[in-house]
Parts: sequence; C-alpha cells; structure tokens
Amino acid sequence: MSRLLVSILVALLASVPLWLTDFYYLHVLIVTGIFIVAAMSLNLLLGYTGQLSLGHVAFFGIGAYTSALVSLGFEVHILPDVTVGMAPKPVWFAMLCATAVAGLTGYAIGKLSFRVRGAYFVIVSISFAEVVRLVALNWVELTQGPMALNNIPALTLGFDGFELSFLRKPAFYLLVLTMLVVCYVIIARLVNSRAGRAMIALRENESLAMSVGIDVTRYLVVATVVSAAMAGMAGALYTHYIRIVDPDIFLFIYTVTMVIMVVTGGKGTLAGPIVGGVIFGIVPEVLRGMEIRPEVQWIAYGVLMVLVVYFLPRGIVPAIESYMSSRRRAPKGEAVAVAPEAPQQ
Amino acid sequence: MGELVQHLLNATILGGTYALLGIGLTLIFGIMRVVNFTHGELYAFGAYCMYALAMLLGVNFFVALVLAMILGAALGAVLEIVLLSRLRGADIDTTMLVMIGAWIVMQNTEQLVWSGVALSIANPFPADPLVMGPLSVSWNRVFVFAAALLLIAGTYHLVNRTRLGKAMRATFQDRDTAALMGIRIDRIHTATFALGSSLAAAAGALLGPVFVVAPTMGDLAASKAFAIVILGGLGSVTGATLGGFILAFVEEIGAGYISSGYRDAMGFLLIILILLVRPTGLFAQKERIG
Repeated sequence: MSRLLVSILVALLASVPLWLTDFYYLHVLIVTGIFIVAAMSLNLLLGYTGQLSLGHVAFFGIGAYTSALVSLGFEVHILPDVTVGMAPKPVWFAMLCATAVAGLTGYAIGKLSFRVRGAYFVIVSISFAEVVRLVALNWVELTQGPMALNNIPALTLGFDGFELSFLRKPAFYLLVLTMLVVCYVIIARLVNSRAGRAMIALRENESLAMSVGIDVTRYLVVATVVSAAMAGMAGALYTHYIRIVDPDIFLFIYTVTMVIMVVTGGKGTLAGPIVGGVIFGIVPEVLRGMEIRPEVQWIAYGVLMVLVVYFLPRGIVPAIESYMSSRRRAPKGEAVAVAPEAPQQ
Repeated sequence: MGELVQHLLNATILGGTYALLGIGLTLIFGIMRVVNFTHGELYAFGAYCMYALAMLLGVNFFVALVLAMILGAALGAVLEIVLLSRLRGADIDTTMLVMIGAWIVMQNTEQLVWSGVALSIANPFPADPLVMGPLSVSWNRVFVFAAALLLIAGTYHLVNRTRLGKAMRATFQDRDTAALMGIRIDRIHTATFALGSSLAAAAGALLGPVFVVAPTMGDLAASKAFAIVILGGLGSVTGATLGGFILAFVEEIGAGYISSGYRDAMGFLLIILILLVRPTGLFAQKERIG
C-alpha cells in the first residue's frame, strides 16, 4: 500500500470521534484497537520468526497488572517482617513500567523456552501463561485474586492547569490509534531491517540460517522482547480503559483470539493482524446484535479457524495480494503461473 | 507420617488416571506428529457419555463405562477422518491450529447442550471408605485405579504384542518406509487417534463419578496431559506412564505441604524446571532442540 493511502486512512480513522457520536461504537473500536496492537505483537513471533507462541496473553496480562499496581500502589509481605511496597505513581509512568516489565519477562521467557522448538515450545508457552494466571489468582495480597483490582485511575497527562485527561472515550480512542500507528511503524522498521531478515531466514529454514552465521536464539529473544513489551503496553492501555483487572485476563481463550486474528488476516504480513483484528473485533458485536448466544458465536469462530487453515492457509491479506498481482499481470497476456511466494513484508 | 503415607496413596491412585490421559496424548503425537488440543474435550466427552448413559438412560454403570470408551473411539475416528486426513504432511503448526479450532467448537457445543451447570454421577460402590489402619480411600477410587491399570496394561499389550501395535510402532519409526512395507498409513492414523481418544474418554468416564461433570473440565485435563507428556518426552508411552505418576506425586505433595491453591500450577512449574535443568526431558531419547 502506498504511503499516501496509509496517511489518508489514518487521517480518516483519526476523524472518527468527530462524526461518530454513539459511544457504544466508539467503545467497540477502542477495544478492537487494543486487541489489534496485541495481535500485531503476536504476529512478530508467529508470523516473522515462525514460533507458535500460545502464551502471549501472559505478556498482555502482566502489562495490565503491572500498570494497575504501579498506578494504585501496593504493599506485600515477602517474609513475615519484610514488606515491599510502592506509593501510587502517575499513570503514564505505570504504563512505561508495564512495557518494561513485560519486555523483561519476554527476555527471561525467551531465553528459557527457546531451548526447545515445535510442539515443546508451544506447550511451554501455554504452561507459562497458566502459571502466571494461577499466581494472579492466588497471590491475593498483591493482586486481590478473584476480587480483582478496582478503581484503576485513568490516564492524565500534563501539569497543573493544563491537564489532558483520557477518561472520555474520544480522547482514549485517539490514544489507542496513536499507539497502534507507533507499534505498526516499529514493527515495519524492525522486519525490514537486518534483524527482520534474520528472523524471516530462520523461519524459512533454521538450519540454513544458522549455517550462514545467524545467531538464531539471539534474534528469537529480540523478537520476543519487542513482542512482549508491545503486548504489555496493550495490556496497560486495556487496564486503564476498562479500569478493572482480574485473573481472567490470562485465559487461554484470549491468546486464541489473537492467534485467530493473525492467522485469518495473514501471518507474516504487516496488514494481516489489522485486517484480522478488525474482522474479529467487529463480528462479535454484529453477532451480539443478532442476539446469538455466545457459545454459538465461539463455535462459528472455531469453524472459521478450521476453514481458514484449509482454504486460505496464508490468510486474507496474502490472498488479496496475489489476486491483485495476477489481475495486474493478466492484461499483458503473460500467462505466468504465480508461484506461491513467501509472504511479503 | 500417616499423613505422608495418605498423600502417597492418593497420589498413586490419581497417577493412574493421569497416566491414562498422558498415554493417549503421547501416542497421537508420536505416531501422527499432531498436538491434540481436543484431548481434554474427549475426556469431557467420556464424562458426559457416562452421565447421559448411566444417569439419563439408566444403563448399568460398568456397561456405560465400556460404551463411553467405544463412543470416544468413534468420535476420535470421525475427527481424524474429517479434519486431519486431508492434512497429511502438513507442518505441526497447521494441524495445531485446526485442532485448536476443533477444541473451541467441541467445548462450546458441550456448553450449549449441557449448559454450564456441573452434573454429578452416582456410583454403585459402598459409601463407606476402605480403611486400612490410619489410611482411608473410597471404594470408587479403588475401582478407578484398578480400571486405569487394566487399561494401561491393555494399551501396552496392544502396542507391543499385536499386529496393529507393530504397524503403529513401524509408522512411528519411519512413516515412509512403513508405507513401502505395505502398512496402510491412513488406517494406522485413524486407529491411533481413535485409541488415544478412547483412553481420554475412559479417563473422563472414570473420573466423572469421582468429581463432577462440567464443560470446562477438559481444559484442566488437557493442561495436565500436556505437562505429563513433556515430562515423559512426547511420543514415549513409558515416559507418559511414569510422567503421570510423577505429576500426581508432585501435585499431591505440593498441595499438601506448600499450598493447595498452586496445586494445578505444579505441573507447569515442573515443566519449566525440567527445561532449565534438562531440556531433553526425563525419558526422551530423541533430539528435540532446534
């Protein structure tokens, strides 16, 4: 897509709060935007390095909890007479902490779990998310367990007299949009850099990549850190928007939602998670409007996921791209069979 | 001391069903290279079959158990033929995504059909527990343990002593060569999936009367089965058997002496620990580092 087209699209999206006055729709867009950021971060691992990480929601949830705890302040007894605590800090600082903590967790988990590949890696990543969920559920002193953390403050920026509050939906929408664009640019820069090419090389053929001197584990860890930090940031956004966070945020089903978004849109493409995210952010609301029971909605998700794997194995975006390029070539009379090319950027 | 022995006894009895779950999953992975995300749902399916047959239709408890296993095998065969047979040779991530899709469909169908209310199944055993000195264990659990051991032994016999088992092991070692020797790989895949599913359904049908039956019961079972096969090494039946007992011991001791809230986390912590110390797993011979 050309740069001009992207700018027009972003400008159009930025103008949404001006003409969309129904806050319900705005809410849907905000939540969709947050999940698109999470899906984009997952795509870095799933699409570009080819590692099916099914513990991604852990980073999202760690970001959400870190941001909530730093902005609320906390105090825990590590030992009976040793207390660790923190006074409430501003929300912007909490969100930075969330990004950093999620990134650090990503580093540790990457170092640990990339000792194994394939099915082992998948199961290890699920296990990690489950452990984090159980900790959030059981460490009641820190996380309030199933009682949830309430009254999480909304984001405000600025000094006395000039305060910018992101409590209202239009402002928060613009914040999410900004974050989405920033994350998109970071990922685009990363995958088109030397590191990105190394990631794609190891996805295509790990032994070959190693043989030409690519430090595979290092690039996998780099991808995990960036991906985890971004997911953590998305979690922080979510927590200051919804303003309540409970251990259910770590449920496997959220990871599955992100995976469906990436796979349907097209893993290993920049636009894929956005397309998938929009579809799976909007479709549930449409189905809800039709008063379809949530179980039926989930069944439809599952069926769709299977169908996508069978009929659009590379996702919607690559399918559209190859359709467009075959149409562009057709009038010249070149009957060239388009070989399934490796997913572009 | 008596407390510790009681914990060990509980762990042994729990370990039998864990092993059953693990063996089913590991067979399917070993022979088909498929990570079966529907394993937990097949477990739940077994429990629901038990409920429908024994409680709603009034079938005899033991007959219902056998029928639940047969229905589990049938459902497994259908899943394999409909979903996986067209994905032969596809990479592991592709089949995993399909199985995740199937898992979502199955779990929500259960939710739709049975609603979220937990159901209980009556068992025909005496309500008074079996008391041996300071130890006590319910008769139902004794039966579950005996049945699990019987099924494990049966699976070992099937895999190691029969023609079908020989064909399975050949397929496990080298699919292409096995095909060249005249083994019908498609049939072996369907049979393996049906066998694994049947074992999962048996575990569900056995544990349904011990605990309660609910649509989400499969998630916990699946996560434990994953932990067990990672412990034992994917594809190793012996590893899965031992892994089942190890997980049961760690959980029981952990819940008894550390914190019962973290009972279900023990398996995962064990996996992470094993990866730190010994990434090749406890019993796997095969190279698994990328």
